[in-house]
Amino acid sequence: MKFSEEQLKKVEEMISHYPEGKQKSALIPLLHYTQQQNGGWLSAEAMDYVAELLKITSIEVYEVATFYSMYNLQPVGKTVFEVCQTGPCMLRGSDDIVAYIYEKLGIKPGQTTEDGLFTLKTVECLGACGYAPMMQLGPDYREHLTKEKIDALIAEGKAKAN
Amino acid sequence: MSEQKQLFKVTIDNITVEVEPGTTILNAARKIGGDVTPPAMCYYSKLKDSGGKCRTCLVEVAAGSTADPRPMPKLVASCRTTVMDGMVVKNITSDRVTDARNGVVEFLLINHPLDCPICDQAGECHLQDLSYEHGKGASRYEFKRRTFDKHDLGPYIQLHMTRCILCYRCVYTADQVSKERRHGVLSRGDHAEIATYIEKSLDNDFIGNVIDVCPVGALTDKTFRFKNRVWFTKPVDAHCNCDKCSGEVQLWMRGDEVLRVTARKDEWGEVKDTTKGEPGWICNTCRFERKKISDWVIEGPSQVSRHSVISQGHYVGMKKPNETVAKVMGGRDPKLLMNIKDVSEVNQVELSEIKGPATSQVFKQLKKGN
Amino acid sequence: MGRKLLLEKAHVEGIRHYDVYRREGGYRSVEKVLKTMSPEAVVEEVKKSGLRGRGGAGFPTGMKWSFLAKPEGVPRYLVVNADESEPGTFKDRYLMEFIPHLLIEGMICASYALGSNRSYIYIRGEYWWVKEILEVAVQEARNAGFLGKNILGSGFDCDIFVQPGAGAYICGEETALIESLEGKRGNPRIKPPFPAVKGLWGCPTVVNNVESIAAVVPIVNEGGEEYAKLGTGKSTGTKLISACGNINKPGVYEIEMNISVEEFIYSDEYCGGIANGKKLKACIPGGSSVPILPANLLLKTAKGETRMMTYESLSDGGFATGTMMGSGGFIVMDEDQCVVKHTYTLARFYRHESCGQCSPCREGTGWMEKILLKIDQGKGSMSDIDLLWDIQRKIEGNTICPLGDAAAWPVAAAIRHFRDEFEWHVTNPSEALVRNYGLANYAKPLEIAAPTA
Ligand SMILES: Cc1cc2nc3c(=O)[nH]c(=O)nc-3n(C[C@H](O)[C@H](O)[C@H](O)COP(=O)(O)O)c2cc1C
Ligand code: SF4
Ligand code: SF4
Ligand code: FES
Ligand code: FES
Repeated sequence: MKFSEEQLKKVEEMISHYPEGKQKSALIPLLHYTQQQNGGWLSAEAMDYVAELLKITSIEVYEVATFYSMYNLQPVGKTVFEVCQTGPCMLRGSDDIVAYIYEKLGIKPGQTTEDGLFTLKTVECLGACGYAPMMQLGPDYREHLTKEKIDALIAEGKAKAN
Repeated sequence: MSEQKQLFKVTIDNITVEVEPGTTILNAARKIGGDVTPPAMCYYSKLKDSGGKCRTCLVEVAAGSTADPRPMPKLVASCRTTVMDGMVVKNITSDRVTDARNGVVEFLLINHPLDCPICDQAGECHLQDLSYEHGKGASRYEFKRRTFDKHDLGPYIQLHMTRCILCYRCVYTADQVSKERRHGVLSRGDHAEIATYIEKSLDNDFIGNVIDVCPVGALTDKTFRFKNRVWFTKPVDAHCNCDKCSGEVQLWMRGDEVLRVTARKDEWGEVKDTTKGEPGWICNTCRFERKKISDWVIEGPSQVSRHSVISQGHYVGMKKPNETVAKVMGGRDPKLLMNIKDVSEVNQVELSEIKGPATSQVFKQLKKGN
Repeated sequence: MGRKLLLEKAHVEGIRHYDVYRREGGYRSVEKVLKTMSPEAVVEEVKKSGLRGRGGAGFPTGMKWSFLAKPEGVPRYLVVNADESEPGTFKDRYLMEFIPHLLIEGMICASYALGSNRSYIYIRGEYWWVKEILEVAVQEARNAGFLGKNILGSGFDCDIFVQPGAGAYICGEETALIESLEGKRGNPRIKPPFPAVKGLWGCPTVVNNVESIAAVVPIVNEGGEEYAKLGTGKSTGTKLISACGNINKPGVYEIEMNISVEEFIYSDEYCGGIANGKKLKACIPGGSSVPILPANLLLKTAKGETRMMTYESLSDGGFATGTMMGSGGFIVMDEDQCVVKHTYTLARFYRHESCGQCSPCREGTGWMEKILLKIDQGKGSMSDIDLLWDIQRKIEGNTICPLGDAAAWPVAAAIRHFRDEFEWHVTNPSEALVRNYGLANYAKPLEIAAPTA
């Protein structure tokens, strides 16, 4: 893995947010960026490259990447439904949403459809409890979910793949 | 004028001791020694930043200081709390401490495999000692114990993750002693584990010291010959002329065979200072390669009085080995989490009767005599 | 209608951008502070305002600022805590999303008061679009000369950076947040030393919640004393409450701390009553970690007084019969909700979010989750309820950081007030799978204990 000039400029900009010598602080934003540039997940090779960019050891990167829940350490489907299941969302029917996705796509939390298009994950509170049930879809939230909205999101995911 | 340093008076379980400002409660208690010393599973005096994590060393501060004698509302980690002048601490005299410590020990054990019979650490395991004193008769945990994927750390060090208590000592050791770290704590919460992520062997010249700091049998010596139970072996102090470390070690011998080489430990189970006054970390060559008696100059039996239920028998020390478990326990009633008597062979043989090196022949004879 | 100090202008068209925000009177406080006040005077105003930290602990902000160590030649830092991950809480997101310049304005004043030339907003990674909104707003403020070198010719330099997290509730704990901002795992530090002495990169640091910092703007504009006139007693000013669960109007409300809990739930100005005409069963009024209360204890204190939406009134009765204001995450449950199941989801949350450093939290949270699931699935026994109680008791107070307490309290309170519902699950396992325990006596008025003289 190697970044282009343009990508490296972005890295430099991230590092500029911190005082001299504190470039390790850029690790979390840089891992987000690398994941985004690497098809949605972090391979060991990608993490080693990040270590090199920040002049830290690989283990420091692995320790961080495995700590935070937003980093994918395995390849994921093209569309990832991350449905919140914590108390407040549960009160508003998040279980039904998970069940409905299973009914439509045949995947349970943690699974990916055979065609690799969809992955379903359950996650903990995303700070949208008042707009429950909800899910994270890429960088966005989808709130006030209903069966109709799930149908639309599945159609959208399929259209994106074509 | 003489430079008299002002000392702080601190009272622990009704015993008063004077220590330098900046001393932790735990180290003040170690100065007193004996039962008033809280057990420490994660703190390690020779590792910066260690401590605070396992919570076995919690104590009650009944009075903060002479100036402000209010008690501290919560129990505090004695390994990370410094004393104040006039502080009053309760350890074994506090019911709250006993209650909390029993809880901590139970937490440490719910996911522990309890595989002492096949563990190389058995007999010198701090968790075993602790569960002996604080464990409950039977586990209240009825769920499946946690398991981990296997990780290979190379030719020298064996990792049994299920036994790990995440004390972080091995992480600090790699950072501070070997100055090169390839392993670390990965994942979080109850999935956290010691690993390298992608398989890498740990082979830095000083990385073997992680074995000595590990309080349980999570990191053990792959080159330990014959996988002998430690209580069948006799520790002797020995040295060699080593160009990497002090060469001052402890050999674990059976007859004339060197089964294992470790650093020398003090009464708290920590690596001792060398005769030159430096921390006695040893190099991999001494630990893993020098397994012939001719590699070493033997100084004599190790002089240690370690606060351990099982391993006391084979040290020659100030304290005479006790004959029965009850005596070692100082009259306290040991609540066994599991019956170590049943699972280990140790009590079938009276260790204190063994004179000279403990060879398997001696054992066989003694066993017959039973 | 109560006064609004933070969200009054949040829905003015285009307020997200500098021009409109400025036209509506924005950044006046920065001008006032930089041109007419010393840093100490700003701290003094905040002290006078009685502002209490809005992140959960309710510690007086002015006092916290005055503890900041000021060694010569060492930089100091202000870090805004926008990690907002406590279930039930989504108020900071609302403020940042709709009126981001209010936070930036407050940060400039606070940075000046604390002497921070480089301040950070640590925002949870999932709020990615909010992060982008903030970055635009910071750039606009920079372009307008409110950030950068020598702001308004005052000689004060300040810049703001937005730092994303990556999914970890524990990074809301201030020392875990600092570790994370240093590019590490979010393991809370062992205190002391406190951040006010040794924080970010070993320098003195203040960590404050988004809402606390935003409140500095009206405090500076109107003066601390004026601010303190709003609210009740030591609960001064306004508070953002994020309401969710089974109510008609979930959302974020700015309340003056002088209304009752009943008014907040039932008035059309706020939650608009329980959804679908159902009855109120229970409520967790301050984010998932504060004690749950049954309807009867929620609306009236054990002494029979009306419970108010203030720090003092919510915590009246201690943990025996009271709860806490916490972060203002107001979770309402109707008569059809199961307290056991809800508690289980919270236990699962805390197990998932434990950093794993200390044994009671790492091991205890998972154990509680397993037992709660067992009871919820009708496989529990009576002794499991006692065991659960014992486990939470052994976690509480014995951990490195308050996440251990946060995990223990919801379980303790659920058993304390809803023990019969737990027991019903044990004694009626098959029924418990198909229906809920229902309202039972939880809304029945309590007998008032005779006042002890
Ligand atoms: C586990 C845990 C999570 C926390 N999460 C947050 C959070 O998301 N946002 C927040 O402002 N404070 C949070 N806090 C409180 C902070 O540690 C800290 O007290 C607060 O940011 C101080 O700001 P304030 O004084 O303005 O309230 C959390 C505390 C703990 C123990
Ligand atoms: S492997 Fe041993 S030394 Fe390392 S963290 Fe686990 S118990 Fe501690
Ligand atoms: S209480 Fe939990 S979250 Fe806090 S330090 Fe301990 S393990 Fe980590
Ligand atoms: S509980 Fe689902 S967003 Fe908070
Ligand atoms: S030894 Fe003090 S907490 Fe582990």
